[in-house]
Order: sequence, then structure tokens, then C-alpha cells
Amino acid sequence: MNFRRISLISVPYLWLLVLFMVPFGIVFKISISDYAISIPPYAPTLEISNGWVGIKAFLSKLDFENYVFLTEDDLYWKAYISSLQIAIFATALTLLVSFPIAYGMANAPDAWQPTLMMLVILPFWTSFLIRVYAWMGILSQEGFLNQILMNTGAISEPLIILNTNWAVYIGIVYTYCPFMILPIYATLEKLDTSLNEAAIDLGCSRTSAFWLISVPLAKPGVIAGCFLVFIPTLGEFVIPSLLGGSRTLMIGKVLYEEFFANRDWPLASSVAVVLLMILIIPIVLYQRNQQKMMEDEQ
Amino acid sequence: MRRLTWFNTTSLTIGFTFLYLPMVILIIYSFNDSRLVTVWAGFSTKWYGELFENEAFLDAAWVTLKVAVVSSTIATGLGTMAAYVMVRGGRFFGRTLFSGMIYAPLVMPEVITGLSLLLLFIAIGLDRGMLTIVLAHGTFSMCYVSVVVSSRLVSFDRSLEEAALDLGSSPFEAFRLITLPIIAPAVISGWLLAFTLSLDDLVIASFVAGPGSTTLPIKIFSSVRLGVSPEINALSTILIMLVTIGTITASLVTKRSVQRRQMEEQMANQ
Repeated sequence: MNFRRISLISVPYLWLLVLFMVPFGIVFKISISDYAISIPPYAPTLEISNGWVGIKAFLSKLDFENYVFLTEDDLYWKAYISSLQIAIFATALTLLVSFPIAYGMANAPDAWQPTLMMLVILPFWTSFLIRVYAWMGILSQEGFLNQILMNTGAISEPLIILNTNWAVYIGIVYTYCPFMILPIYATLEKLDTSLNEAAIDLGCSRTSAFWLISVPLAKPGVIAGCFLVFIPTLGEFVIPSLLGGSRTLMIGKVLYEEFFANRDWPLASSVAVVLLMILIIPIVLYQRNQQKMMEDEQ
Repeated sequence: MRRLTWFNTTSLTIGFTFLYLPMVILIIYSFNDSRLVTVWAGFSTKWYGELFENEAFLDAAWVTLKVAVVSSTIATGLGTMAAYVMVRGGRFFGRTLFSGMIYAPLVMPEVITGLSLLLLFIAIGLDRGMLTIVLAHGTFSMCYVSVVVSSRLVSFDRSLEEAALDLGSSPFEAFRLITLPIIAPAVISGWLLAFTLSLDDLVIASFVAGPGSTTLPIKIFSSVRLGVSPEINALSTILIMLVTIGTITASLVTKRSVQRRQMEEQMANQ
């Protein structure tokens, strides 16, 4: 019995330790190493064969130089700031687009609800890359959007949207809105509609009932949705590299290019460590929100 | 009382148009005769023909499929075990760390997961190839599987298991004969989720893939970087169609099994 329990626990435990925890240790170790022209491209490497002296020599060469460099070099701290700005603004836009959809879904006839749910989930199963790619054909200079606008005479010059931050915002709103719609819908759907009716009976207008009753009660769902969009957006790579321009600075893209184009692994690793430290704050806040939601339900 | 006001109807119409129009445009343009993706030059299926002659895409699709099947199967096994440990495991040393490791990959930026796994594979001297992609995908999908399965395990009546144990079955038999059939729908949807995640993944795969193991998303990404192309439109259309058919079938199957269960429950109550 006990042997079975131990093996049941230890198999997934060891798997995650080796393939999730240990890699972070390695990332941290490489982030305090130095760039070197060798294979692998960092120094020092640990020489166990030299025994204690080898370990000592190895440890003495580790330092936080890369982290100092991140604060000194414009590119990096600007990339963090600009990622934060883009993520915050895109999350707000996603909320603006998603709330009416979630509200409309929650107030649709009961028979429609499973179908509407499936219509929101279906794009989520479709390849992320393809959904981002679809916008390239729409937003480009000769793209679908410009053709329509030019043909209807709304504009005379094509709009330049692709390869700007606006294309990045559109891409984020489009790909992440199911993450916003679903939690908001879940809280709105559980709302007692008699609350709204009571407010209207007592002389409240439909609009103010919406703002005074539905919106505040949907708050936990809104918070959950915002974190679910904000957290992955911060480290996003695909959207800025396909829809963004050369001036779109996002830290996920900087990390990727630092690693693949410049092959500076130690610097890429320290970029990753700092990104992780920034992300811990929203992740902890999100967990707290989820716990509170669970407690409220009980 | 639920009703459709003009506000709700408009927001649903605009919302779903926004969600679906880009994909519809993509599908329409995949049948465009012209190589210029923005000019409509008549209906044609020639890009589909060219796609099926393109060996590089076919190879990549085959690699992706193999990786997805193996990694999602591993992920389902490990994820189900992990869910069982989380829900039924009781207290054990390092439980907090364990649950942290289950939830962390769900919110980890893909660039960090990819980078850290690649550095691990290099440190232990494992050559990059299909195996490394399978290991990477298995690891992050097992966390999704375990979330799906544990939500089912939590809502499951434990006394059924206890009854089986009281009646003399071994814990393993109780799991195989009682628990597994009841959580099976969650295990299956976990597998499907892991499978889709693996098919879809670009960032982690591009870190851990070797030269001979290009997956379809990596191939698509490298050709899409240069701009829109009709072959990619055709390929995207095929993938969108497969996912749509799969999702609709899966939801019809679950709907029917729920209906059947309800009917059986009604019969049992009579």
C-alpha cells in the first residue's frame, strides 16, 4: 500500500522537479555567468573533475553583471516598460470588447447559451498562430480592411496598421478575448436576475441598473479575466513579431532575439529571470482572487 | 427573466462577427486563383494541390502529429496521476511545492519555459529532436490535464470508491473499475486539450526542436514571417476545418452521453 502511494506521488513529482524546477535553476545559474565564444556559449562551466578547487573557481566567476547591464542598457528597461504599457492597455481594450459580449451571452435565452459558449470556445481550440496570421491579410496596406474603406470612400490613402502597435493591440484583443469573456460570463450567468428587476421596479433605469447592479457583481469575473489576459500578454512573442513593427518593443520578443539572433544566452537568461520576478506579483494577486471567489461560493 | 434587448443583440452580433470574420476571410482567400493574396481573381483550389505536393509541409505535419499523439498520451497519464495525488493524496512532504509546480506552468510565459527546457537539455547533453519536443510538451500539458481531471475528481462521490474497497477490491482495482470510468470524460477532454496544445505550440517547440524535427507551427511561422501566402491560407483552412469538425463532434458526443446518463438516472429513480 505504502509503496504504491509513494510511487504514485513520486512519478509526477520527479517529472516536474526534473523538467520544471531544475531548468529554472539552470536559467538562474546561466544568468549569472558570462557570455563566451564557445559551445555552449557561456562561461564558466563547472569542472567537477577538479574537485573542490574547480567548484571554488567556478563560483568565484559568477556575478550579477548581466542584471546590472539590464538596468544600464536602454533597450532592456524600455522593453520592460513598453511591455507593461502594451499589456495594460491591451487588457483594458479586451475588457471593453469582451464585457458586452459576455453580458449579451448571459442575457440570451437559456436555449442559446450552450451554443454561444461553444462559439466562444471554438476559436480557442483553433491554432493561435493561424488566428494571428489571419489579421496579417486584413490589416496590411493592400489588405481587406483598407480595400473596403477605400472602396466605400471612407479614406483616400490606405491606413498603415500592420507593423504598428495598433496591430499588436488588435491581435491581443482578438486572441485573448475568450479568456476574458468566459470568466465574466460565468459570474454574470449566476447573477440573480430578480436583483435587476427589483432595481427597475424601484425606479432605476435599465442603464443605471446595469452600472449599479450587474457591473459591480461581475467584479470577480472581471478581475480573473484581466489577469488571464495580462499575464500571458506580458511575455507574448508571436503577436509582436508577426503584427508588430520593428519599433514594437516587447520583452518576449527581445528575449527570443537575444537568444537566437545574438546567441547571448546569459543575457537572455537574466531577461527571463527579471520577467519572472515581475510576473510573480500579478500571479499571486490572481491566486488570491481565485481563492476569494471559491470562498464566496461556499 | 432573460430577454434579448437591442443592446444584447447588437453586442452579440458585433462580438461574434469580430471573432469569426477574420477566419472566414482567410478561408475565402484560400480559394483565390491569384498569387496576390489581396486581389480576387476567381475561384480555384490550386493552392490545396500545391500544398499536398510540398514535401516540407507534409513532413512537418507528420512530425507534429507524432509529437502530439505521444506527448498528449504521456501528459494524460502523468496529469491524471498528479490530479489523483492532489485530490486524494492527503498530506505528504513537499505538497505545497507540488501544487505550485502544477499551477506555475499554466501562467508561465512560453519563452521562459522554452528557454529553461532547452538549457536543461543542453546541460544533460540530450540532442534536440522529437524526443525533446515530446518531453517539453508532455511537461506543460500534464499541468492542464491535471487541472481538468482534478476538477472532476473533486466533484466525485468518494463513497463509491470506499464501498468498492469495503467489498474487498484492491486500491488499484477500485481505481480501475470505479474511479477511472467515472472520471473518463475528464481524462478524454484532458487528452484532447493536451493534443491541441501540442499541435498549436510554436514558441516552446522552436526552442527545443532540432534541425531534423521541424514542426508545422515552426514551418508556418518561418514562411509567414515573410508575408501572407496562399499556401498558408489553404493550410490554415484545413486546420480550421479539422478543429471545427472535432469540436462539434466532441460536444455532440458529450451532450448525448449526458442525456443518456440523465435518462438512466431517471429510470433508476423510478
